[in-house]
Amino acid sequence: MESSTEQARNVMQSPRSPSSQPYLSASVTDPVKLGNGVQAYISYRVITKTNLPEYQGPEKIVIRRYSDFVWLRDRLFDKYKGVFVPPLPEKSAVEKFRFSAEFIEMRRAALDIFVNRIASHPELKQSEDLRTFLQADEETMERFRFQETGIFNKKPADFMQMFRDVQSKVSDAVLGKEKPVEETTPEYEKLKHYIFELENHLAEAQKHAYRLVKRHRELGQSLLDFGKAVKLLGACEGEPTGKLFSDLGTKSELVSIKLQKEAQQVLMNFEEPLKDYVRYVQSIKATIAERATAFKQHCELAETTKLKEINLDKLMLTRSDKVGEAEIEYREMKAESEEATIRFERIVKRMNEEIVRFQEQKTEEMGVAFHQFAKGQARLANGIADAWRALLPKLEAASSA
Amino acid sequence: MMGSENADGFEETNLNVPKEEMENLVLNGDGTGDVNGDSSNSAYRSAVSTLSTAHDPLSPLPTVLTPADSDPLTAPSSYIEPPSYADVIFSPFDETSDSEINGGEDSSLSPDSLSRSPSSSSSDYIKITVSNPQKEQETSNSIVGGNTYITYQITTRTNLPDFGVSESSVRRRFRDVVTLADRLAESYRGFCIPPRPDKSVVESQVMQKQEFVEQRRVALEKYLRRLSAHPVIRKSDELKVFLQVQGKLPLPMSTDVASRMLDGAVKLPKQLFGEGGASAVPVHEVVQPARGGRDLLRLFKELRQSVSNDWGGSKPAVVEEDKEFLEKKEKMLDLEQQIINSSQQAESLVKAQQDMGETMGELGLAFIKLTKFENEEAVFNSQRTRATDMKNLATAAVKASRFYRELNSQTVKHLDTLHEYLGMMMAVQGAFADRSSALLTVQTLLSELSSLQARAEKLEAASSKVFGGDKSRIRKIEELKETIKVTEDAKNVAIREYERIKDNNRSEVERLDGERRADFMNMMKGFVVNQVGYAEKISNVWARAAEETSQYDRERQSS
Repeated sequence: MESSTEQARNVMQSPRSPSSQPYLSASVTDPVKLGNGVQAYISYRVITKTNLPEYQGPEKIVIRRYSDFVWLRDRLFDKYKGVFVPPLPEKSAVEKFRFSAEFIEMRRAALDIFVNRIASHPELKQSEDLRTFLQADEETMERFRFQETGIFNKKPADFMQMFRDVQSKVSDAVLGKEKPVEETTPEYEKLKHYIFELENHLAEAQKHAYRLVKRHRELGQSLLDFGKAVKLLGACEGEPTGKLFSDLGTKSELVSIKLQKEAQQVLMNFEEPLKDYVRYVQSIKATIAERATAFKQHCELAETTKLKEINLDKLMLTRSDKVGEAEIEYREMKAESEEATIRFERIVKRMNEEIVRFQEQKTEEMGVAFHQFAKGQARLANGIADAWRALLPKLEAASSA
Repeated sequence: MMGSENADGFEETNLNVPKEEMENLVLNGDGTGDVNGDSSNSAYRSAVSTLSTAHDPLSPLPTVLTPADSDPLTAPSSYIEPPSYADVIFSPFDETSDSEINGGEDSSLSPDSLSRSPSSSSSDYIKITVSNPQKEQETSNSIVGGNTYITYQITTRTNLPDFGVSESSVRRRFRDVVTLADRLAESYRGFCIPPRPDKSVVESQVMQKQEFVEQRRVALEKYLRRLSAHPVIRKSDELKVFLQVQGKLPLPMSTDVASRMLDGAVKLPKQLFGEGGASAVPVHEVVQPARGGRDLLRLFKELRQSVSNDWGGSKPAVVEEDKEFLEKKEKMLDLEQQIINSSQQAESLVKAQQDMGETMGELGLAFIKLTKFENEEAVFNSQRTRATDMKNLATAAVKASRFYRELNSQTVKHLDTLHEYLGMMMAVQGAFADRSSALLTVQTLLSELSSLQARAEKLEAASSKVFGGDKSRIRKIEELKETIKVTEDAKNVAIREYERIKDNNRSEVERLDGERRADFMNMMKGFVVNQVGYAEKISNVWARAAEETSQYDRERQSS
């Protein structure tokens, strides 16, 4: 169980009376590889614990696969526009074939965080789709999944196009080209700029974090090889040099193991959170695109409604027999327009709340990541110092002999 | 400049010690020539600055502190320590470095590690610097003009009595170095003479001229320093002449292969009359190229002999010693292999440490940018908090990065011992080769002798049958007997020479074995002390960062 998410959840929930406090928690566990070759996939156990009346009982266990999670995310993204829907780990068709233990574990952890973030989000946790996800049996889930992929299938390409649109709009605004169907409030502009810049910075940090993991592994490997070489060298030399080389080689191999272990830790506890941060920012960009669409709709419909109104007035003046029709049209258009406005305003409201939440959540999560990283590095360095230090008495003795 | 400005150049730095370091290198007087063990302050400083400053992405931030220019002979606590870690455990290192002030010991050697032969007091020193390459032109009568070549300035500072003057400076070209090496090889057969730098014709075409010249300068310096570190060779006339005589190098040049191969043969007459060996060879003697007659004949005979040896012909004169020698040779070859292997792995290790430091630094830099960004764009307090957290991380990462790079420049110096000994293994091979060729000379003469004697016997037998003597035969017999006598003498000289070379071999190998052991132990010690020290420093840096983010510690919280 991710204690950091628990913490995050506690931060987010409003304080209430403890005993009857409604709770909803889910965990993603027990990854199992199923199928063969290209068809291979991993299935997970999703365990839900809750006292909410909408759920079937205090505990429920279902089996889910990655595409089920994708379904859930797509549904939420579609229904809760304006909310920063938590991101999913990448599909990674390549890794799938290798399915290393570490990869599987990292994916499981990421999916666990995903579900828990949803379950602790004030709006999202009430979603029906979430309930379906957490409770439906596998066949039902599969049916849902196949149904939706057709209609709501947002391929990465779609998102990319949306990003480009938004980005071009942002840059146009920056260049001073006023496009009528674009929000240009200074605060929102600032936010958009912030998000886009943030992604760049984070991507760079994540890149270096990933490289750092590699460096740990490389250093470990080179120490291993060095240790072996030095042992062979020791075998050629007489005493006491021979034994010293042998000890040196053994220590070198030991330090190498420490480095490999730490590499994995850095990957899981530091690089992955940074990647998650980047994904989150990308999710926000998608939301920004949605908002732009909603704004455009709201403007266009308002415009159209206006035109219809003018037309109606005209017809009323000329006492045309088309008035009835026009009036119906006008009313329908007005209703649509009002709906569009409501939708847009809801997005705005949500985003304002979300951004606060996002910043706090990220400060917390990154703080934890930094702390763990620092601790890990300190532990590693200490371990290395201890290992080498053990050799010193012998070396001292030998060189003064 | 040195190619050490970029990460790839670092590998060069590994093999060729940075220029600044070499300039300040002090060899200690007991002839151990530990060119690599030196960790004099300025050497360290320059090695570090070469590695870290050029690389340091955080140029506005203060780089490694460099103490004001100090006498390279003083070796203070030779670490650049950030103020807060002054008390980190470095005592074995510091003690040693503090104890020797007048340029005897390297800081990396503890005074009591002198398992080396204490042949001279620790106040002897000789310091050679190669610098200032310049293009010069051969004077030529032809219209086209002569070739251009590079000369280097070679400065020697010493207090050795043999040298006469305490400071001298000459200009030499690479060809002169080849000459020096060849003359030394002739005079010091059986000794483990440090190998000279390669001629590397191909490289000179491929590399940039400047790079090549610099590489060569460094290699020359190393070579000369190694020579001057050898207890016997440093006193040689050849070396003295090379280092001190102005103008044209007054050593006979090696003109062709044949004359070099004639070495063994050519020396014989000298050794008949002089004290065969190191000190007595008159240096100004000119070796005539391609002598005809007897010496060439000898050359061919020796070749024939060696062929017959190889093909299981006549057995070598001395058998049992050869076994021991062969064993030793085997061991040396094996050792050489392992040294090669180890030095390769050492290079990889150094690269990996370098990369770690670099990436850590880049990570820190990325977070510094993020910090700045969040602070500038902050709308919420949570952002400012995050900015602070990032700054802690970034600072730690940058510090750690610096330490990795310092660690690495030290590691380079220590593990360089392995590279040095590769050179020395070649010297050993050379010494063994001298022995083999001397043996070959002996064997050639022995079989020559026996065939001459057989002929003499035959002639005597034939002429004794002719009553009153066969004038022409008798004359032949007398001539033959003359030849036999000379050959006999030559054989004896050759045997003496062979024995002498065997002795040289033995004592040299012993000397080297002892030196190698001591050097390797120092290397290990230095390497380990270094690793411990820097690991501690790095650990402290991160412990601090962990403390500063301790409010995010979830492990301690009761959940």
